[in-house]
Parts: sequence; structure tokens; C-alpha cells
Amino acid sequence: MIGALLARRPRLANWIYGFTPPERGVVVLVHRRVYIVPARLGWMFGATLLLLLVGSINYAIALGFALTFLLAGLGLAGMVHTARNLARIAVSAGRAEPVFAGEAAQFRIYLDGRTAHDRPAILVRHVGSGVQMVVDVPAAGAAEVVLAVPAPRRGWLPLGRVMLETRFPLGLFRAWSYIEPDARCLVYPRPERTALPPQSAEAEAGGARSPTPGNDDFAGLRGYQPADSPRHVAWKAVARSDELLTKQFTGEAAAELWLDWRLLPTSDNLEQRLSILAGWVLAAERNGMRYGLRLPGVEIAPGRGDGHSGAALQALALYKIS
Amino acid sequence: MTAVPHPLSPAARAVGARDLAWLIGSLVLVVVPHALRAPWWLTALTLCLFAWRFWYALNRAPLPSRWLVMGVAAVGILGVWMEYRTLFGRGPGIILLVLFAGLKLLETRNHRDAALASFLGYFLIITNFLYTQSIPTAALMCAALFALTATLIGFSAPQRGIKANLRTSSLLLAHAAPAALVLFLLFPRVQGPLWGLPQDAYSGMTGLSESMAPGNLSSLAQSDSIAFRAEFQGDPPPHAQRYWRGPVLWDFDGRTWTMLPVRLKDFTEPKGGRRYRYDIVLEPHNRPWLFALERAASVPERARMTIDGQLLAPGAVRARLRYGVSSAVSPEPDEAEDTRLLSRALRLPAGASPRAAALAEEWRAAAKTDTEILARAIGFLRQGRYTYTLEPALLGVHAVDDFLFGTKEGFCEHFSSAFVFLMRAAGVPARVVTGYQGGELNLVDQIITVRQADAHAWAEVHLAGRGWVRVDPTAAAVPGRVEAGLARAMPQSQALPLMMRERLEWLKGARDRWEALAHQWNVWVLGYNPERQRDLMSLIGMRDADWRSLTATLFTVLGAMTLALLAWSLGRLARPDPVQRAWRAFCRKLAAHGIERAHNEGPRDYASRAARALPASRRAILRIGSQYIRLRYGVHASRPGVARLRRMVRELRVT
Repeated sequence: MIGALLARRPRLANWIYGFTPPERGVVVLVHRRVYIVPARLGWMFGATLLLLLVGSINYAIALGFALTFLLAGLGLAGMVHTARNLARIAVSAGRAEPVFAGEAAQFRIYLDGRTAHDRPAILVRHVGSGVQMVVDVPAAGAAEVVLAVPAPRRGWLPLGRVMLETRFPLGLFRAWSYIEPDARCLVYPRPERTALPPQSAEAEAGGARSPTPGNDDFAGLRGYQPADSPRHVAWKAVARSDELLTKQFTGEAAAELWLDWRLLPTSDNLEQRLSILAGWVLAAERNGMRYGLRLPGVEIAPGRGDGHSGAALQALALYKIS
Repeated sequence: MTAVPHPLSPAARAVGARDLAWLIGSLVLVVVPHALRAPWWLTALTLCLFAWRFWYALNRAPLPSRWLVMGVAAVGILGVWMEYRTLFGRGPGIILLVLFAGLKLLETRNHRDAALASFLGYFLIITNFLYTQSIPTAALMCAALFALTATLIGFSAPQRGIKANLRTSSLLLAHAAPAALVLFLLFPRVQGPLWGLPQDAYSGMTGLSESMAPGNLSSLAQSDSIAFRAEFQGDPPPHAQRYWRGPVLWDFDGRTWTMLPVRLKDFTEPKGGRRYRYDIVLEPHNRPWLFALERAASVPERARMTIDGQLLAPGAVRARLRYGVSSAVSPEPDEAEDTRLLSRALRLPAGASPRAAALAEEWRAAAKTDTEILARAIGFLRQGRYTYTLEPALLGVHAVDDFLFGTKEGFCEHFSSAFVFLMRAAGVPARVVTGYQGGELNLVDQIITVRQADAHAWAEVHLAGRGWVRVDPTAAAVPGRVEAGLARAMPQSQALPLMMRERLEWLKGARDRWEALAHQWNVWVLGYNPERQRDLMSLIGMRDADWRSLTATLFTVLGAMTLALLAWSLGRLARPDPVQRAWRAFCRKLAAHGIERAHNEGPRDYASRAARALPASRRAILRIGSQYIRLRYGVHASRPGVARLRRMVRELRVT
């Protein structure tokens, strides 16, 4: 209920959580952002203390009083230490590599202790998905957590709110804090495996310019260029000479391939079409083709290589998403 | 939102062999002192349960079924019942708790169960204090507390090194100590008990009893335990004058002497005599009487005096009690005694010990005054070649006859009993007084320690014009007893309490020091009660401290201390290391000239941007940047390197 209320009143949520998302750069958890309540064990500890106190009064045991009060002090010190285990920890989020929809985005989170003492047993939990991990931050060092957050839809996936929690050292108290680092992951459309489209009209028209590089027949070797697929590197030739050489192919299919939105059946909806296009990009890249992408309002000139496919997939991922 | 178990929840984390070993080790520390008191089979059973559980942990075997555990519990409870014939009360209750600690381990699967077992361990600590609160027990329990805390920390961080956990445990306890001290001093103390205590709550307290039969005192005299300590203002009286008066016995049935029903009188101060003022710290003995040197010249607060000169507390002394009192040694004679009481001091059972009675009548016939009879009786004992022994031969029906004319060996109870019998038979009113004689002066703190071994019985006779006069028949028969104490009066072959033997002088010195320490412990730690709390509060200016003002003070101080601890720990966290501080100063200097570091800007980028913007200081800025990177991200930060960075930042002049 409170969660729903906070979702509707973001400013109230920001006030309560003590920050305005998203937070850029390194976030230091000032103590105002660390909340602390007794854990269930803490209540049981309190009940034990009460029993000890009553016993000490009843039997007038001086050392019983001393024990009770020492344990009470221990509880207080435990509370401070639990808060301290989290307070002023520096949290930052690293880069997340793009993934396809349906996979899990690997968000990296760095916890920098920045203190001479270690901070054991810190739970990092992604609030939205419940993905969680327990990590020990070493003394004067940092720990890395990888949160595999499910990415169901294409587009930008923001990391969202992350909770840090600890019960160290005594388990009597539970301290936690929320952060919302400015981290996001690009999610490509889920690729669908279908046959590549036939060569486009332009490719046929340009057939006179052949031979165009394709990947059907071996045509010879040329010097390696950074955009070349490693699959086409002539590794045997490399073994003979130290020079990197790329195998060149020619073929009827070696024409430029246009992956065009208009080639798709109009009966499919937007997401299905994008999925098919993403599958084509992967297939074309796998086959070493030069390919271009045409979406309504977007055109990517033919090319090849990881950078090219990345650009094409990003265009598909962000299509019609502001 | 998620069905995944919470990884920090103790219920979701299985307990490992290491944590279990620590838990078992700390529990063993806690129950070790109980092993001395518990029946041996229970100690063995508990240890077996611990070992059994540990075996399961080592073999990663599933724990025994609930039915098996309940069966073991039933056997244990039955055993306790057969041992004590009850399951309630202090002794059996504690034994059952120890047993439950073992059983709890057998169903300890996760960290929650294990944490509850450590809480049980904390609780078991206090059960030791029901028996003894001595310094060694306290030290052992401190060790147990430390181990239990380290165990709890281990549950929160199972993968952390044990050394680090021990360090955290000491740090936590060090932080807890000031709060504990404040609570100990300021927590409003209530005089217990809150409800009725079990019957056996005070068993095991030793001391003089309401009656005296042959064998009572000599068994008490073999105990080394302390009866009370006396702290004199000025010099204490010499050993031979230190008669600490206890119960006065009037009625004799031929074998046992018993007290009168309690009758109080208004206290009248004795005149003359040498005065002594002193404080007594009385060990609990579960009887109402208080001890004071004969004769008491004041009555302690809330105490009263009986017609035969005993001091009585309002109730049985069940906690260590401190009271101030003064005495007059050899004061002027008392005024006349009630004749009804005097006739009671002449009563004898008919037909008991006829030989002694006949001897007394002979003296009566031959003597003119009571004083003369007294002298004859003392002479008779002195010349009778009586032996003083802790292990006298058993006496028959006519106990006085058997002792005087038969065995001729006895302890002070035999001498006083026979002497009072003779006096009464001769028509002189007499009564038996029990108490303690002597006591040992501790050279370290000048405190006189009186032990149960100093228990003594003497006599009082009523002489016309002189009132009640103390006569010590033991001293007459065996002069050494009162002059020098029990040890010199005994033949060497007799087994005395270890500490009363003569040759262990060096041991005695060590014991004196130890007991001086124990006395301070008793007075300041164990003796801190509602009265002392009031005294302390008035000392710091809080007069008439009631629970409200105490609670208010307590919470104020405690809150301030928690805040201080919080500020300390957060302050330490907030304080950046010197490298970081120098870097921040550098950033501030540049920011004053409009070059602010962006959140996501690394030191290299920032330094080169600043160098471009401020070409005049280009070199200095770049050097600071690279020095900072070397120190912050390099393999090791050297002290001179840090100093250089600070100097460079300080000397940077941005123009």
C-alpha cells in the first residue's frame, strides 16, 4: 500500500528516500539515508534481556545486573555498528553491455568501502526484480556486484532502485538504504530466426558492378581491416607470415543486402517486425554480408562488422522509443 | 515481490561446522561451573549431546528426528526428577536449562536456531551467579560472554575469518562497557524479590543455627568460608577479646541447647569499657541474627536487640549485608536481671548426667558464694587434662557425664555445654552463647576476616552484683584456643582447613592480598544496592533520587553516549584519507577559478582539462594529477609521496 502510494507521489518518495533519482556518478550513503530497525532476532534478544533483568532483581544478583547491562550496551553498540557497516559506503554503477530482450542485463555495481575496516555481508538487491547478491567489501577496497536483471522488452532498461542491506555484526538490527544509480542497459529486440530476404532491387540493378564481395566463393586474400569479421581472417596464412590477411569471397549473393521494413508482411505488428529485422541483422553478420537497414525515417548505409551491427540493432531497439 | 528466501535472514542460512564448534565451545564455558554441582550423569549427558551434534555437523548427516530428541529430553527430565524428586526450584531448574541447551543444539539447523542457542547461553551465564559471584566466576563468565558474542558475529558473517570476528567482538564489548557502567550505576534499583522464591533458593548458606548439639560446631569449624568481615576505625581489639556474639541458648534437653522465643528489649547503652566503631560486611546465612563484638554499644539501622543481647535484622540475611555498629569491650556491670529469666537459666532436665550433677552439688555445699563455685569449676576443667579436638568421640545418653569423666576430649560446644550444666546444677544461673571468636587480621587492608572455622561457644553466668559475666570454659581447659586461634590449639596431626595450617605463610600472604581484593569486589560491585545507589546519587548532587529522576538521568546519559558513539564511528567513516583530502583541496582551488570537476570526470581528464584552461599553472596541475593517480591507484602509497602531494597542492598558485 505504501509502495503504491510512493509510486504515485514520486516527490514524497524522494523525500522519504532522501535522494532524487537517478543519481549520477559515485553515491556516498550519508547516514541520513541509512535506516535501521530491530530484526526479529533483535526482539528475541530484547526478551532475553528482560528475563535477565527480572531474574537479577528477583534474586538480587549484582553480577546479573552487570551482565544484563553489558548485554544492553552490546545491543546499542551493535546498532551503531550495523548502521556503520552501511554508512558512507560509496556506490557506483558500471557499464552494462547491451543484451537482447528476454536475456538478463548484467549491471555492475561497485561498493567502495573507503575505510580501514571491512564491511562484511552486505546484501545488494534489485528492488524491481528481486535479484540479489551478498558481498563482502574488504578493508580499504571495493567489491563488485553483478546484478542479472531480466530485460523483457527492447529499449533502454534503467537499473532502477537498488537496496543495500546489512545485519552485521550481531544480526539484531537490520540496516538498509536505497540508491538509484544512473545506469541503463540497451536492450535489443528479441531476434527471430527467419530466412534472409531476397536481394533488393538496387542490389540486382547493381549486379553489373560485380564482382561484389560476398561469401560464397573464395576469391583471394587482402590486407586485414579492423572491420573485418574474425571468421574471415586467413589464420593459416597468418601462421605462415606474421601479417593478418582476410579471405575475400565472391558470389551471386555477394551483393549489398538491404534489410528493409517494407519487405515484412504488414500483418505482423511492430515488435514482430523488429524481431525479424534483428534476426536478419544477426544472420547477415554471421554470413559476412554487407547489409544496410531501412526503417521508416531511419536508414543505415550498408556495412559490416560489430560496430555496424551494433548500430543497426540499436536503431531497432530504440525505434519509436523517445 | 519475490519468493527467493532473504539471504541475510538467519532462518535461511544453514549453520556451518565452524560456527557450530564456536557455539558449542562457548556453551561448554558457560556450563563448566555447573558441572561441579550437577549430578555427574547430567554433565556427561549434556557433553554427549554436544558431541553428538558436532558429529552430525562433521558428517553433514541429517539431524535426528524430533521423536528421538523428545525421547532424550524425556529421559533427562526423568533423571532430574529421580535425582531431586521435583522439577521446580533453583537446582533442578538450572539443571534442566543446561540439558535444554544440549537438546536445542540437536535441532539447530539454521542461524536463527543457533542465535537463539547463544541467547540461551547468555541466560545460562546468570544461573552461575545464583551460586557464586566470586571474581574467578566473573572472569570465566566474561570469557564465555566474549566467546558467545564472537559466535553471534560469526553467524552474521560466516565467510569472515575468525580473527576478524574476535576483533569485532572485543570492539563491540569495549563500546558496550561504558553504557553498561552507566546502566549499572543509574538504573533504578528495586529491592527484590518480586515474587516468592523457590524453597531451595538459599540452600547452601552456612552459619550458626538456632540450636547446638555435640558435633554442630565442629563440623562448621572445618569450613574455610567467610562468615563476615569487620573493618575497624582505628586499631581493632586483640585476638583474645574478639568475642562476636551470636545466638544465646537457654534450654537444654540433655543433649541439645536451644534458643528462647524471640523477645525484644529497649536498647540501653552499656557504660564504660573501651569503645570500638566498625563496619561489618556479613555474608548471607539465611538467619536473622547479626554479629557484633560483645557488648554492642549501638544497634545497627533497622536492627533490634533481644533480651539476651542478640542483634536481629528485620528478616533473614539472604544477601550480603553491610552495617555499622560500635561495641564496648569490658564495660561496667549490667543492672539486675528479671527473676523469671534467672530461674529459666537454672533449669535442667531431670535425671540427666547424674555424676556431674552430684559433683556440682558437692561444690554448692562446700562453697559460700557463687564466685567460689565458679572458681572451682574453672579449676576442675583446667586440671582435668581435657583434649581439644575437631573429631571427638561420640557421647552416650548422659552426654555431660560421658564428656567430663569418660572421653575427656571435645570441641568448644562440649566444654561450654558441660560448664553451663555444672553451673546450673550448682545453682548458678548460666547460659550458652554461640558466635565467633577471634578472626584474622588481613595485613593488606587491615580488615578482620572471620570464618566459619572461627565458630565458638562460650558461657555466661549471672553473679549477684556483677550481672552476666562471660566465662570461656574452652579457654580455661585449653588456653591456646583463645590466645592464638584454632590452629595452635590443635594437635598437628589433625586435619585443619587448608588455610588454617601454620607453615604456609607465603600462601597466607597471597591469600591476604586476594581477600583484600575480594572484599573490595564485595563492597563495590556485589554490594551495590538501592542504599548505595542513593548514597552515590547524593554524592553527585542528586538528593532524594527516586526512580523518575534516575530514569531521566539514565536516558539522558545513555542517549548522549549512543550519539557520541555514532558520531565517533561516522566521523571516522567521513574522514577521508590524507590523499583524498589533498585531492579535494586541489579540486576546491580549481573550482574557485571556475573549473569544477564533473561527477563522472576522472582525475586524469580533470587535470588535463584544468591544465588547458589555466596554461600558467599547467605543469603544476598535471604533476598533481599524476601524483594523485599514482597514490590512489598505484600499488603502494608511500608516506613521502603523500607528503609531496600535500605540499604540491598547498603550493599551487592558480593565476
